[in-house]
Amino acid sequence: MHISPVLWQFLVKWLNASALFPREASTIAPYTDALYFFLLLITVVGLIVVGTLIFGFALRYRKERHPVAVPIEGSTLLEATWTIIPLALFLIVFVWGALLYFRIYTPPVNSMNIYVVGKQWMWKAEHPGGQHEINALHVPTGRPIQLTMISQDVFHSFSIPDFRVKREVIPGRYSTVWFQATTPGTYHIFCTQYCGTNHSAMIGEVTVLSPDDYEKWTRESTSGMSLAQNGERLFASMGCNACHSGAATARGPNLAGVYGSRLKLTSGSEVLVNEAYLRDAILNPSQHITAGYAPIMPTYQGQISEDGLIDLVEYIKGLQTNYRVQQTLTTSESNQAAPTTPGAVKP
Amino acid sequence: MSATNSTILNLPDQKTATLPKRNYINAEDGLLSWLFTGDHKRIGMLYLISITFFFFIGGAFAGLIRLELLTPQPDLVASDTYNKLFSMHGIIMVFLFLVPSVPATIGNFLIPIMIGAKDLAFPKINLLSWYLYWIGGLFTLTAMVLGGVDTGWTFTTPLSTHYLNTHVVTAGLGVFIIGFSSIFTGLNFIVTIHRMRAPGMTWFRMPLFVWSNYAASILMVLGTPVLAITLVLVVLERTIGIGVFDPTKGGDPLLFQHLFWFYSHPAVYIMILPGMGVISEVISTFSRKRVFGYTAVAFSSVAIALFGFFVWAHHMFIMGVSNYSALVFSLLTMLVAVPSAIKTFNWAFTLQKGSITFETPMLYAFGFLGLFTIGGMTGVFLGALGMDIHLTETYFIVAHFHFVMVGGMLMAFLAGVHFWWPKMTGRMYPESLSKLAAVTTFIGFNLTFLPQFILGYLGMPRRYHSYPPEFQVLNVLSTAGATVLGVGYMLPLLYLAWSLKYGEIAGNNPWQATGLEWQIQSPPLTENFIEVPIMDHEAYDYEWLAHKTEQEVTTVG
Repeated sequence: MHISPVLWQFLVKWLNASALFPREASTIAPYTDALYFFLLLITVVGLIVVGTLIFGFALRYRKERHPVAVPIEGSTLLEATWTIIPLALFLIVFVWGALLYFRIYTPPVNSMNIYVVGKQWMWKAEHPGGQHEINALHVPTGRPIQLTMISQDVFHSFSIPDFRVKREVIPGRYSTVWFQATTPGTYHIFCTQYCGTNHSAMIGEVTVLSPDDYEKWTRESTSGMSLAQNGERLFASMGCNACHSGAATARGPNLAGVYGSRLKLTSGSEVLVNEAYLRDAILNPSQHITAGYAPIMPTYQGQISEDGLIDLVEYIKGLQTNYRVQQTLTTSESNQAAPTTPGAVKP
Repeated sequence: MSATNSTILNLPDQKTATLPKRNYINAEDGLLSWLFTGDHKRIGMLYLISITFFFFIGGAFAGLIRLELLTPQPDLVASDTYNKLFSMHGIIMVFLFLVPSVPATIGNFLIPIMIGAKDLAFPKINLLSWYLYWIGGLFTLTAMVLGGVDTGWTFTTPLSTHYLNTHVVTAGLGVFIIGFSSIFTGLNFIVTIHRMRAPGMTWFRMPLFVWSNYAASILMVLGTPVLAITLVLVVLERTIGIGVFDPTKGGDPLLFQHLFWFYSHPAVYIMILPGMGVISEVISTFSRKRVFGYTAVAFSSVAIALFGFFVWAHHMFIMGVSNYSALVFSLLTMLVAVPSAIKTFNWAFTLQKGSITFETPMLYAFGFLGLFTIGGMTGVFLGALGMDIHLTETYFIVAHFHFVMVGGMLMAFLAGVHFWWPKMTGRMYPESLSKLAAVTTFIGFNLTFLPQFILGYLGMPRRYHSYPPEFQVLNVLSTAGATVLGVGYMLPLLYLAWSLKYGEIAGNNPWQATGLEWQIQSPPLTENFIEVPIMDHEAYDYEWLAHKTEQEVTTVG
């Protein structure tokens, strides 16, 4: 048979360009692959055992060779064997899988935080330094990166197969995932949760850079204002500082240093102040009243975008003193915007 | 006698054989006698025709999906159309085909006969269930004709409630109504099995097919109402905005998924358990042996039904559920895998020291064993917490549940249809053509779905209309397989229809099987038994059968 050289060339190229196994581009990937190969192994062994039994019996006891069947009732010993061995294997898989799960979903404390907002049908990444990216994400190698993610509309899911990480991006709730990239290059970002018409177009690329290149990228693509600086502006323009001024007589609790602390609520419960708590407290204040304060804060549901909330959260996270809060308050009559040089605010 | 050394097929002499003069098919004439029948056998046949109709609609959608995925670009249909195709494929295949497939057709036909009863406990409710099935089916078809629905079969909020302009309410109501047909079938089976067993038919003399349908019935009756509630909430959310699932009104979108999977995971067992029952009957008959470890197989059905209710959150490991609840659900998922392993080994050991023949139902059963083993083991991949993170929402999931639902359940369904076809119609299907169909289906199935495991590990997300070009080779393989699979499914439709008129007369017991259904004429009388049978032997007692046949020969002939 004769194949035209053009077709042949095409076929060779096409087959060579096809993928069979994903790249291992994060520190987690080898751990996931190890479990995967273990599972493949027990699957193949299981199939061989079942296949051998079936084909072996089917050949040996086919009617031509074995015309009369011999009744057998069963065997407790055999039943126990094929209960205990699969159970033991499955329990090993359970423990292994659980360890991997905790590894993937427990970010190291020193990780660098990047916010991701999902919406139909795009990903928006917001770096603390104020860099914004659409359907793209630049990260350095060798540093744990935590993504704090939220959806503005429906469920999405943020997946980077070459890193073996994925997490649902939920409307109205922060979810997090972390990874540490190992190899510079570009990798797919997929939305894996069906989210409407252009679900399959909600894709992007992670660009992994060496630390030096990353520094360069950060400098060149900043918009001039960090998230916290944007947050400071919002904080003043929405009048948050009127109550949260930090003064002893203020109507709202002091926010300086509140991030990471344990807060006692009027309901009697104690909460850890993290990003999710700060966001909730802005949107549903009546359910998060700090002990000793009156429930007078109005809800900001529907008044701030998710981007704005991220700015505010990032601002409050970095707030260590109320000096500038009070300054802004006294000068707010002159309608002066917050200065752009970072002061007490850490980017 | 057509029996040779390599078959147990035992047909009456075709020159003199005739179908019984009186049977359930010719007992009454006219369309109305079918539409108002209370006979479980006729209702079973009505169901069989109905689900076949919906199967080929759902199958046509699957064909279009695979055709679109032949190329990486979105070129055959628009994105919205593609989304409607996979949504309608899922809704039709799950609710209108898989859930009723074995119970409402083969189960309806056989369960009363297998336990020696005249009919199901509530014949009119049985008929009502078929009408509800069709009302729900018509709602779904209406949604389809009016322009379709693109929620996916999972109806996930808030996408389904706030972000789509398609016929979600119509399709949702359709599924809601079909749910009641399933509840009625389950209820009927439970009452019938408890109250209407023939004298001597103790629980542990029942065929395993009855056990597995009993377990599935419990799931239907307890699980389906939760689906109904969930769908009502979705409809109310969409129409009047009650806000149970809406975070801006203090609702929780994850609550929807908890409720949905509380039904839809047990639904997986509703679909597979009756299929497992078919496999037990077929393997026993064609190896001439009682099922190895009868009690273990019976109890494992019940164990699956019980554990099946407590694993739903394994669909939500990446959704931000508490890590500790994820641990519990992962552990329970591992436990529910064990009874399936037990069954598989019991079926394999049933063959040991048997006298095995390889008729079509047996070939389908072998196919089931292989594919179900892969489907079950890949389920363990997904039950392992850390592994699930990478695999969930990709083609790995798609391949996994098609191995269980299509490789497992559909193979079992076809095994059952071929096995009991002579009983239902009185005629044999063409043996060599049907063997060809069984082999074609097996090859086509593997070619379609094995590449999807690889695609899944590469990270190709499910429900994608277009995909990166490096995934094309595997997708082309999968589409090629789907073509073969399509041929494999068309063949039985054609030759079974042909056999209704031209098939060989089957006689009472062509397979020399032991079940009560094989001791009566084919097709059976409307009242099943001339006199109430007395069960004086264990299930799958081939010595009893041999003895009985011997006696008949000496007394009659």
